[in-house]
Amino acid sequence: MTTANNKKNRIALTGGAAAAEALRQIEPEVMAVYPITPQTPIIETYAKFQADGEVETEIIQVESEHSAISASVGASAAGARTVTATSSQGLALMNEILYIASGLRLPILMLVSARALSAPINIHGEHGDVMDARDAGWIQIFSENAQEVYDNTIIGMKLAEKAGLPVMVIMDGFSTSHSVENLEILEKDVVKKFVGEYRPEQYLLKIDDPVTFGPLALQNSYFEFRVDQEKAMKDSKEEYLKIAKDFEALSGREKNYFESYKLDDADQAVIITGTAAGTAKDVVDKMRKNGEKVGLLKINLFRPFPREEIVGALKNVKNIAVMERAISLGTYSPFYADIASGLHQEEKNIPMQQYIYGLGGRDIFAKDIEKVFEDLAENKISKEIKYIGTNK
Amino acid sequence: MNEELAKNFAPGHSACAGCAFPAIIRAVLGESQDPVVVANATGCMEVTSTLYPYTAWKTPYIHNAFENASATMSGVERAYKIFQKKGKIDKKIKFVVFGGDGGTYDIGLQSLSGALERGHNFLYVLYDNEAYMNTGNQRSSATPYGANTETTPVGKKSFGKDQKRKDLMAIVAAHHVKYAAQANVAYLADLKRKAKKALETEGPTFLNVFSPCTNNWKFPTSQYVRLARTATETNYWPLFEIEDGNYKINMTIENPKPIEEFLKGQGRFKHLFSEKNKHVIEEMQKITNENWERLVRLSK
Amino acid sequence: MEKGAIIKHDLKKAPKTGDWGYVYPRVNKTRCSGCATCVPFCPEAAISMKKDLEAANKKGEISSFDYDFCKGCGVCADVCPMKAITMQKK
Repeated sequence: MTTANNKKNRIALTGGAAAAEALRQIEPEVMAVYPITPQTPIIETYAKFQADGEVETEIIQVESEHSAISASVGASAAGARTVTATSSQGLALMNEILYIASGLRLPILMLVSARALSAPINIHGEHGDVMDARDAGWIQIFSENAQEVYDNTIIGMKLAEKAGLPVMVIMDGFSTSHSVENLEILEKDVVKKFVGEYRPEQYLLKIDDPVTFGPLALQNSYFEFRVDQEKAMKDSKEEYLKIAKDFEALSGREKNYFESYKLDDADQAVIITGTAAGTAKDVVDKMRKNGEKVGLLKINLFRPFPREEIVGALKNVKNIAVMERAISLGTYSPFYADIASGLHQEEKNIPMQQYIYGLGGRDIFAKDIEKVFEDLAENKISKEIKYIGTNK
Repeated sequence: MNEELAKNFAPGHSACAGCAFPAIIRAVLGESQDPVVVANATGCMEVTSTLYPYTAWKTPYIHNAFENASATMSGVERAYKIFQKKGKIDKKIKFVVFGGDGGTYDIGLQSLSGALERGHNFLYVLYDNEAYMNTGNQRSSATPYGANTETTPVGKKSFGKDQKRKDLMAIVAAHHVKYAAQANVAYLADLKRKAKKALETEGPTFLNVFSPCTNNWKFPTSQYVRLARTATETNYWPLFEIEDGNYKINMTIENPKPIEEFLKGQGRFKHLFSEKNKHVIEEMQKITNENWERLVRLSK
Repeated sequence: MEKGAIIKHDLKKAPKTGDWGYVYPRVNKTRCSGCATCVPFCPEAAISMKKDLEAANKKGEISSFDYDFCKGCGVCADVCPMKAITMQKK
């Protein structure tokens, strides 16, 4: 595949509309959806495509997110290419069935407009909802902006079906889902060809070859099924990279497990994902101009966690700040815990500070990130979690 | 093995000796001229028929969770629809959900309601054994007034459950489904006729089938048919159907037996046959009479 | 292990539930009318109507049991209008 032959179209879309645009090009067979802020722009935009006859998709307007994911399980098990979307409380309500979807190895694609969890209720951006689902056996891919949402939706659909596992493509609620950005989209037929046909081996509507989905597996077999699932999850890492690289060749946009931004010779490194990574890159650029050796690692693939690769990329830095838009009440947040275990395995004793920012849509500014780098440079690193931009 | 009878649902399942639901499965699925895809809510039927590595199901089958069999089937049915549109499938296929009363009256009610309202083309078969039997006999909203269950235990200050069962048929009817019926495993000809009618009706249809539980109602394993018949003969479980909103009674019992006839063979009602609980039986008779009279009114 | 625990029906994998019970049904060949009332009520689909030379009824058929799966519940005996089935100790 070469980029030269692919006509590129520039278009201004919100992150939500970018997801819907990618879906328009993929044209899933079944989409089971329920409204929730800030996810609704995705399903509204797609419903309009349907209303205008641009796509041939069975949209099921279910009565809850629980039923959205349940119907998705049914549709996917039936053999259909299946998509759903949600946020926050909706994802939490789906939680029970997330495990079933992955246990049954159903390649459902879910768009998540990540948002804070109640209580108190808050509709704004955060990663708490998707972090809550991180052990559910779903591949999780974070997106920084509308362009990445578009790209990851296409990569995610193909990955789900190749890996035989469900995939979540994540964008930050509002800051990405509702912000209009310029992006580059591919032609529909190029996307269709890239994603390919979905051809499951076993499915309910293969009526002459009846199968049973969802049996009872007890002490003598359940364990092995779970171990098998972990193996599939582990194997999906390579699959992700392969598909991401193919997409890179197609689009000309670099894709990898994570983005290393001026990290090679950096002393002070920030780890971050989502919308705030964009601001953080500006800060790196600015500080680099002043001769400061700062760099950034932006996580794209979070589950399965590319631990060795991330640790490999960090091996020469002096200090690390892990900036997370999620709180794990009672312990460190997920990135921190995962990276710390990786560093430990590689016997890298790099001082690492946990920061939490942006909960419930709290703004984060360039100066906040600059301060993080400054603190790192001054070795202000402790075991205590530091909260950015709180009033207390 | 009776090959014809076992064509959709084979033996080798581990339902209790004398369980009623296998006969319901076979009677209902036997009425389909087309292949059937089954979705099943968590419950006795699901755990006993799919114990890995064996499945008793010879027809495509999916168990997702407890409360979402209807939503799951919504997805299957829409997948079928788009496959048809795209020419990926040409066979006619029927879709049947099986759920117990816990999975239907209680935890699965929202999912059922959504699927009925959306108008999916499927038949929902409720096998009603009037409590959570898979978990060992806890009360559900289908449990009758006066029943002794593990969560409505009889005690010094308790005669068992002190609420009436929910009128699920009325709830289903309120969704304007074209066909819903109440049936009983003891009356297989009636059940089969209703299943056939339901399967031939476009859109969502519903059957509530009485399904005695030997283990938790505490009666001998040989008695499920006898007991189920008594339920209809006492007017406790009338046979009726609701077609386009119109109620029709399918069997009128000339001289209904007193409710005691239904209660007496069952351990879950044993405590009622004492002087101090006489009023409970009287109340049960009253509830039964009122339900019947209401049904007669609706059928006019 | 099957991917996603998706399995297919295979009777060879079925537990032989015939060893559950302590009683099993026997049919009285002269009493059985061949009506087949017992057949659909059997939870195990273990009853078939089979030709039998000693059958006393006009059809020449009597209830025949698959003891590999019969759990000995006794439903057949209970529903038999001719009282032709009796449960006997193993």
